[in-house]
Amino acid sequence: MAYSEKVIEHYENPKNVGTLDKSDPNVGTGLVGAPACGDVMRLQIKVGEDGRIEDAKFKTFGCGSAIASSSLATEWLKGKSVDDAEKIKNSDIATELNLPPVKIHCSVLAEDAIKSAIDDFRKKQASRRAANGGA
Amino acid sequence: MPVKLPIYMDYHATTPVDRRVLDTMTPYFTEIFGNAASRSHQFGWRAEEAVEYAREQIAKFIGADRPEEIVFTSGATESDNLALKGVAEYYRDRGNHIITAKTEHKAILDTCKRLEKQGIEVTYLDVDKLGMVSPDDVKRAMTDKTILVSIMLANNEIGAIAPIKEIGKICRERGVVFHTDAVQGLGKTEFNVQDMNVDLASLTSHKIYGPKGIGALYIRRSKPRVRLAAMMDGGGHERGNRSGTLNVTGIVGFGKACEILTHEWRDEMVRIRKQRDRLAQIIQTGLEDVYVNGPWPEPRLPNNLNISFAYVEGEAMIMAIKDVAVSSGSACTSSSLEPSYVLRAMGVDEEVAHSSIRFGLGRFTTDEEIEYVGELVVAKTRKLRDMSPLYEMAKEGIDLKSIQWAAHHE
Repeated sequence: MAYSEKVIEHYENPKNVGTLDKSDPNVGTGLVGAPACGDVMRLQIKVGEDGRIEDAKFKTFGCGSAIASSSLATEWLKGKSVDDAEKIKNSDIATELNLPPVKIHCSVLAEDAIKSAIDDFRKKQASRRAANGGA
Repeated sequence: MPVKLPIYMDYHATTPVDRRVLDTMTPYFTEIFGNAASRSHQFGWRAEEAVEYAREQIAKFIGADRPEEIVFTSGATESDNLALKGVAEYYRDRGNHIITAKTEHKAILDTCKRLEKQGIEVTYLDVDKLGMVSPDDVKRAMTDKTILVSIMLANNEIGAIAPIKEIGKICRERGVVFHTDAVQGLGKTEFNVQDMNVDLASLTSHKIYGPKGIGALYIRRSKPRVRLAAMMDGGGHERGNRSGTLNVTGIVGFGKACEILTHEWRDEMVRIRKQRDRLAQIIQTGLEDVYVNGPWPEPRLPNNLNISFAYVEGEAMIMAIKDVAVSSGSACTSSSLEPSYVLRAMGVDEEVAHSSIRFGLGRFTTDEEIEYVGELVVAKTRKLRDMSPLYEMAKEGIDLKSIQWAAHHE
C-alpha cells in the first residue's frame, strides 16, 4: 500500500495548517471525529462581508489520507461562497486524491468538517442577527 | 558513515537471511537435491543426513533431549495449529478445556475460535496493563477438564516476556500439556524446554535470519510423553506427525540459523539492547508526552521499542518517516481498521493505540541508523504535532477527555 503522490504532497507541503480566531464572528469552526477513532479534524473558515470564504485553516490528528483530505478541503474552500462550499462532496475529494476504498472514510470526515464549520458560522450569524434585531 | 536508505526496523515482522545461512543452503538446491525420504540412493541419504544434522542443531539450541522431538512444519502458524488441534483431538477423552491469553498471536487465537466451534472450551486470560500474564490466573482457570495451556514466550507487539518457567511448573504439577509459541523469544531471551517444563514449542526460521516457509514444533517425548493427532496425512513423514516431503533447503538454513544463535545470541542481545535503549533515549529527551507500551525495562525483549506519541496518529508518523520500516498499532494500518488488539487487551486508551509505533531492531541494525532514526522521529513528531488540533488543545490546557466528540458513524 504505497501512498499516492498527491497525499504525500499534502503532507510534505501543507498550505493551510493553522488556527483562526474562534471568537471572530466571521469565523466558523468545525471539529469532527474522535481521538478514540484515530481521526480528528478541525477546519475553520473566515467569511468576508460578501459571503465568500476568504481564508480557511485546518489541523488534523489522523493518517496521511486524513491529513490530505482536510488540507485539500481548505484549498478548495478559499474563494468559494458558503453556499458553493456546502456542495463539496467527499467523492470529489476521494477522486482528486486517488484514495483507496479503505481510506474513503477520511474524505467523508473532511466533508463533515466542512459542513460543521459552515454550520457553526451560520449559527453565529443567526444569533448576531437575533441580538441586533432585538436591540 | 552515512546511513543507507531505506532503513529496516521491523525485525519482529521478519528478518533478512544471514549470508552464512544462505551459503549453507545453496548446495541443497542443485547438488544435494535429493528427497530426504528416498531411502534407496545416495541423493536421498545425503539429504537425509543434512536434515538430521539440522534437527540436532535446533534440538540443542532449545535444550531438547532428543533430535526426533523436533518436527518440521511450514512455519510457526502451522506448528501452532498442529499443537492446539493435535492435542485437542488426541486428548479429547481426557477433557475439552484450553487456557490461553488475549494477547496471543492470531495463529493461536483463530485456531482456538475454530476449536470452540467444535465443542472445545477456551479461556482467554486477561493481561495486566503491561501485557503480562499471571501464573496465578493460569492456575485458577484450570479445571479437571483442562488439557492444554498455550502462552507465548514473548509478545510480538510489545516484547513482554512471559513467566514461562512458573507457568510450566504449574502445568507439570497438574498434568496439563504446556505449549508455548516461542517465535519472538527464540534467540532473544533464555529458552530451555527442560528448565521451563515446556511440552510443545512452536518455532520459526524467518525471525532468526533463516528462510521463510520453514518452522518446527518441539514435541516432548519423555517425562511426560506428549502425543498429538497429525493434521497433515499422506506418507507418514516426521514419525507420522507431519506428512509431506521435507523442505531440505529450508531445514538446512533453519538449522544453521540456530547454530549461529547458539554461539552469538547473548552478545548480540547485549549490543542490540544498547541500541534500543539509545533510540528510546533520543526520543524521550527530544519529546514530551511519549509513552512506552509494555514492561520497561524488564521483562522485555532487548530489541523491542513500542512507543506512543501523544497527539500524533501512527500511520501519519509512518508516512512521515517513509524511508524507515516500522509498524504501528493504529487502526489505519490494519486492513480491518481495528486498532491493535494487544494494546486494547492491556487497557491502553484507544487514542494511545492509534499513536503507537513499534521499532524492532536486529542483527544488522547500525549505530548510525539509530542516531538517524531517533532524530528523524523527533523532528517529524514535532511537525505532526504542529498540525494536530489535539496538541494545540492540550497546550491550551483543555482536558481532551472532557470533550464530547462528534465522531462520524458509518
